[in-house]
Amino acid sequence: MAVARTSVTPGTRYRPVTGRPAIVWALLDAMLLARRSVLRTWREPQLIVFVAIQPVMFVVLFRYVFGGAIQVPGGQYVNYLMPGIFVQTVAFGGVITAIGLAEDMQRGLIDRFRSLPMSSSAVVTGRTVADLVRNLFTVVIMLAVGFLVGFRPGGTIFEFVLAILVLMGISFAFSWISAFIGLLVHTVEAAQSGGFIWLFPLTFASSAFVPVATMPSWLRGFAEHNPITVLADSLRGLFHVNPALTTADTRWALIQSVGWIVAILAVFVPLSVMQYRRSTAR
Amino acid sequence: MKNGYPIQAEGLVKTYGKVRALDGLDLQVEQGTLLALLGPNGAGKTTAVRIFTTLLKPDSGRATVAGYDVTREPDRIKSHIGLAGQSVAIDEYLTGLENLEMIGQLYHLSARDAKRRAFELVAQFDLIDAAGRVAKTYSGGMRRRLDLAASLVAIPPVLFLDEPTTGLDPRSRRQTWEVISALVVQGTTILLTTQYLEEADELANRIAVVDAGRVIAEGTSDELKNRVGGNRIEVAVAKDADLSRAAEVVRRHLSTDVSIDPHQRRVSGPSRDGTSQLAGLVRDFDAAGIAITDLQLHRPSLDDVFLTLTGHQAEQEKAAEPGWGRARRAS
Ligand SMILES: Nc1ncnc2c1ncn2[C@@H]1O[C@H](COP(=O)(O)OP(=O)(O)OP(=O)(O)O)[C@@H](O)[C@H]1O
Ligand SMILES: [Mg+2]
Repeated sequence: MAVARTSVTPGTRYRPVTGRPAIVWALLDAMLLARRSVLRTWREPQLIVFVAIQPVMFVVLFRYVFGGAIQVPGGQYVNYLMPGIFVQTVAFGGVITAIGLAEDMQRGLIDRFRSLPMSSSAVVTGRTVADLVRNLFTVVIMLAVGFLVGFRPGGTIFEFVLAILVLMGISFAFSWISAFIGLLVHTVEAAQSGGFIWLFPLTFASSAFVPVATMPSWLRGFAEHNPITVLADSLRGLFHVNPALTTADTRWALIQSVGWIVAILAVFVPLSVMQYRRSTAR
Repeated sequence: MKNGYPIQAEGLVKTYGKVRALDGLDLQVEQGTLLALLGPNGAGKTTAVRIFTTLLKPDSGRATVAGYDVTREPDRIKSHIGLAGQSVAIDEYLTGLENLEMIGQLYHLSARDAKRRAFELVAQFDLIDAAGRVAKTYSGGMRRRLDLAASLVAIPPVLFLDEPTTGLDPRSRRQTWEVISALVVQGTTILLTTQYLEEADELANRIAVVDAGRVIAEGTSDELKNRVGGNRIEVAVAKDADLSRAAEVVRRHLSTDVSIDPHQRRVSGPSRDGTSQLAGLVRDFDAAGIAITDLQLHRPSLDDVFLTLTGHQAEQEKAAEPGWGRARRAS
């Protein structure tokens, strides 16, 4: 090794770039780490393949197995189903953040990152942004799958873009919940189960697959205000696939959706960053 | 960096439930020197490193790094330190070069500098051939080297190395030692933890022996060895039957008490005059007609130091690894 020959006075040769405000560094650091995480998916696509196969299986299951038995008010079940599937897809996609962070922690990478003079929100933001990119990709796939099984959205381009935007909003919000779980549990195995476990009651006790009107009243209260329900209903309204939804219904669902997104972010962004600041490998 | 000791701790305490991982740890490392924190499993080495690198807050006590307080000014410390933790902390899905570049950019080097520095490091650490491969394909030794390289990206004036040669083969360990020694020569202040006595002996300006969360002895390798006493002479005999007669010969010759190890058929005792006594002993054994298979003059090893200081053998489970229990060196 050549180190003995290079004579370097510590700290003199490479100077860090200075004079940028903290917020700029927070963004740059986060983008760097998001890139790392997306690159990983690119090089090792297994995880995203599983994440994408799962909703496809749900589509097949609900469209062709249960679908015949499920009554939706006015219109075809496939049109009712797909918006629910989109929301479920991004919610489950967020679990990659929990797994990734737990893995970084287990490997000691979080220790290294925390010893660097970088922004302390960047590691978590990087993960959640990477999820966003992946989720956008899986949503495109799911749109194609939906089209194949007979999903036919209506509405304007503007409404379509708005639908994708709120979908990405809830994707981002769920990823931050997932981040908190990942930082809390310390192991990949625990992140895997802990990351999914709360999503099952949330997606099934919602309007994602069946209308909430058919549920018993004790469950309906929860199901009606569930973020998955209001998101799925917003998408149904924006895609014009559910004649039962009035414009006012759609607007109200949208307001509630944005409310959920903002509320989740307001709680889980600071919580996750705080948890990150005190996480170390065991 | 401010004046004073680059690394300093006073009465650090850290508890995990009932476990006192650190129990009043005091430590100073002088500018441009390497201090080895030597201790068995669970002694508190990693906990100390985590407090110095601001990953963990102490329950009480005070620590400064590069002149900054670890609890009050953690952010200032971070731009002065490098850390190679106990487990290899690299991204498996990035190549060696990409790993180093990413660390460089996170130290906020410009993209160009980060790239240049990454190239320098892969060359320095013998990773050129593997630099473009994802780290997942690296051998254990290559990972260790990449991890060490990552800690040096910013050429930090203060460096923390937590068991940096664990899992390295003898050649890689030698190379790593050379790198570390060169860093000290260039003025880097290093705190290195190790379970390998040999490693502390080889690299450290000073050694702090830790056990159960405290420093139980501190000094240069020679100072620590002198605390245990001077040289020892050790004889092994060929036949069990000769053992007690051999012990008698040694006892008379050294005129002190001797210890006998019947399993190894060895007799040993402290030696005042060293080599000159060896020749006399050989003649005495000849005269007594005792066949000997081994005769050595021993400097006390750090093993002996540890045994004497703590009254217990360094962790049994570690006895199988090089270092504890094995690193007896005749001189
Ligand atoms: N997160 C934690 N939770 C509970 N106990 C802990 C935790 N971290 C460390 N300990 C305990 O604190 C003590 C000191 O641990 P530490 O990791 O500092 O030892 P060490 O000297 O680095 O050991 P090793 O040589 O095995 O790396 C041990 O008894 C350990 O079990
Ligand atoms: Mg340790």
